[in-house]
Amino acid sequence: MATANEGVKLDHAPIDPNNQASLQRGAKTFVNYCLNCHSAAYMRYNRLQDIGLTDEQIKSNLMFTGEKVGDTMTVAMQKAEAKAWFGVTPPDLSVEARARGADWIYSYLRSFYRDDTRPTGWNNLVYEKVAMPHVLWTLQGEQVLKVDEKTETHRLVLNKPGIQTPAEYDQTIADLVNYLVFTAEPYKERDKHLGLLVLAFLGLLFVLSYYLKKEFWKDIH
Amino acid sequence: MANNTHQESKNLVGWIDARFPLSSTLKAHVTEYYAPKNFNFWYFFGALATLILAIQILTGIFLTMNYKPEASLAFASVEYIMRDVSWGRLIRYMHSTGASMFFVVIYLHMFRGLMYGSYKTPRELIWLFGVGIFLVLMGEAFFGYLLPWGQMSYWGAQVIINLFTSIPFIGPDISLWLRGDYTVSDATLNRFFAFHVIALPLVLLGLVVAHLIALHEVGSNNPDGVEIKKNKDPKTHIPLDGIPFHPYYTVKDLMGVSVFLLVFSAIIFFAPEMGGYFLEANNFIPADPLKTPAHIAPVWYFTPYYSILRAVPPILNSQFPGVAAMGLSVVSFAFLPWLDRSPVKSIRYRGNLYKKWLAAFVVSFLILGYLGTEPSNVWGQFSVNIPLLGGADRATVVARIFSVVYFSFFALMPWYTKRDKTKPVPERVTG
Repeated sequence: MATANEGVKLDHAPIDPNNQASLQRGAKTFVNYCLNCHSAAYMRYNRLQDIGLTDEQIKSNLMFTGEKVGDTMTVAMQKAEAKAWFGVTPPDLSVEARARGADWIYSYLRSFYRDDTRPTGWNNLVYEKVAMPHVLWTLQGEQVLKVDEKTETHRLVLNKPGIQTPAEYDQTIADLVNYLVFTAEPYKERDKHLGLLVLAFLGLLFVLSYYLKKEFWKDIH
Repeated sequence: MANNTHQESKNLVGWIDARFPLSSTLKAHVTEYYAPKNFNFWYFFGALATLILAIQILTGIFLTMNYKPEASLAFASVEYIMRDVSWGRLIRYMHSTGASMFFVVIYLHMFRGLMYGSYKTPRELIWLFGVGIFLVLMGEAFFGYLLPWGQMSYWGAQVIINLFTSIPFIGPDISLWLRGDYTVSDATLNRFFAFHVIALPLVLLGLVVAHLIALHEVGSNNPDGVEIKKNKDPKTHIPLDGIPFHPYYTVKDLMGVSVFLLVFSAIIFFAPEMGGYFLEANNFIPADPLKTPAHIAPVWYFTPYYSILRAVPPILNSQFPGVAAMGLSVVSFAFLPWLDRSPVKSIRYRGNLYKKWLAAFVVSFLILGYLGTEPSNVWGQFSVNIPLLGGADRATVVARIFSVVYFSFFALMPWYTKRDKTKPVPERVTG
C-alpha cells in the first residue's frame, strides 16, 4: 500500500502567482508531461487566457488532440485501464494543489530515485512506494538514495545527469507547481483586486456609519 | 405635491393597518421597542447572527441551483460552481465562511449570556430557544459538510454516524436508519441534502422567531443585569433607561455590521481556507469509500466536544460513555437557568468565585477545542518512569483534566454561585 510520508521535511516552493512567464512555462510542462495520464477535468483550456495566452496560442501550442478551446482538460486513457496498468487511477489534478499544498508537490517531483525493487523502477522519498513512475526523468536524470549508516540519514544523489542542470530542473518544477496552484483556483489572483475594492467600500461604510451613530447618540450620552 | 404623496402613503398604510397590524408590529418590535441604553461591544452578536443567517439562506439558494446531490456528481458540481458559475466561487466562499463565522458569532453571543446572566429569570425561555438554535445549527453544519463530497465530508459523516452505533441495544439500527445504507453512500447524501436545505432551516427559522418573540416580551438584559422595566416614566410608561431600538440600535448595529463585513470579506477574498480551519485540504480530494484518511478531525467548531468524546475511556468495551459525555457537554448549556443560584445576573456584581470558574470554563473550552483538531499523540507521551501516567498520551491526559473542569463549571454551579460574595446591584443602569 502506497503511503504519503508525513515525516518528510518539505522544501519551500519558490512560486509567484503573478509571474505569467513562469505560469506559461508551467502550463507547457503540464500539457506535455502530466496531461497524458492525469486529467484536469474541471479546468477549461480557454481559462489559460488568464495567464496571458490568446485562444490561438492555446490551440496551436498546448492542444494536441482536436479538442475545442472551451473543453476541459480530459485524457483519453480509460480509468479501468489506468488501474490495470498502474495499480491505481492517476488522480485528477484540477485541485490537487489545494489538497497537497505547493510545497508537497514541489518536493515530491524532485524526490524520485532509482529503485529496482519497484515495478516501475522508481521510488519516491516524499511518497514512498508511489505507483507513478518518474515521468520527468529525461529532464532531471537519475537520482539514487545514499544512506549514511553512521548518522542514520539518507539523501538523494544525482547518478546520471539529465537534459537539464539541477538548477534548471528545480526551476521547471517551480513553474509547474506555480501552474498547478493557478489551475486549482484560477480566479484567485484576479479576485484579490476585487477584494481590495470591496474592503475599501466597506471601510467607507464604516466611517459613515460611525459618524451616523455618533450623531444619533449625541442626546443619549 | 409633496403633501399629496404623503397623504397617499398614509392612506396606503392606513388601508393596510385596517387589515394587517403593520404599524403596530413595527412599533412594538422596532420603533417603540425599548432596549437598555448601556449595551456594549458584546451586544452586536445577536444582530450579526441574524445577518449571517440571511447570508446563509441567500447564498444557499444560489448554490442549490447548481449543486448536484448525487454521489458521482456532487464533487464535480462544487468545482463547477467554483469555476463556471458566474460569481459562483464567491457565493460558495460566502457560504463556507458563513458557516464558520456563524459559530464564531454564536459562541461570542453565548459567552455574553454567561457573562451577564442573560439566561436568568425571566429569560429562561429565550435561553432555551437559543440552545435549540445552537443544536439545530450544529445539525445544519454537520449535514451541510457532507455535501461537497470530499474525503473529510465522507469520513467525518462516517465517524459521526457510527457514534450512534455505540448506543446500547438500538444503536446499530439508528445508524442504519440515519445512513439509509450500510455505509455512507448516495442515499445518505440525498437525505442529508434534504435535511440541510429544507428540514433544518425551517426549524431554525421557527426557533429564531420564538427566540425574538420571547426576547421582546420580557425585554433585553444588559451589562448591569438591571431590569429597566422596573423604572418607568410615570406618565409615558417608557423605561427611564430604555431607548427605542430604531433608530439608536439600528444605526449602532449598522456600524457593527460594517466591521463584521470587513472581516468577513477579508476572509472570503484573501484566506477562504483560513489555514485549513474553514476548508480542510483533505476535502479537495473526492470521497473515496476505500481509502480512510490518516487523520480524521471534525471542523473547528465541533472540536471541544470531540475532545471530550476522545477523552472518556471506553467502559466495558463500550464507547457509549464517551458519546454520552459529548452529548451532555453540548446539552449542559440548557440547564444553566436552574443551576445558577446567584442573586445577581451580571459579572460586574458577582464575586471572584464565579469569575474564576467562568475563566476556567473558557480556558477549558479553548484547550479542548485546540486538542480536538490534532491527533491525540500531538504532545507525545509521558515517560514510562512516571507512576500512573507512564506511557500515556500527554494530550489525552490534558484533555481529561479539562473535560473535568468543563463539566465542573456546570455541575458545581449551584454551590459556587450561592457561596459567592456578590456586590450590591444599582437601581439604574450605569454608563
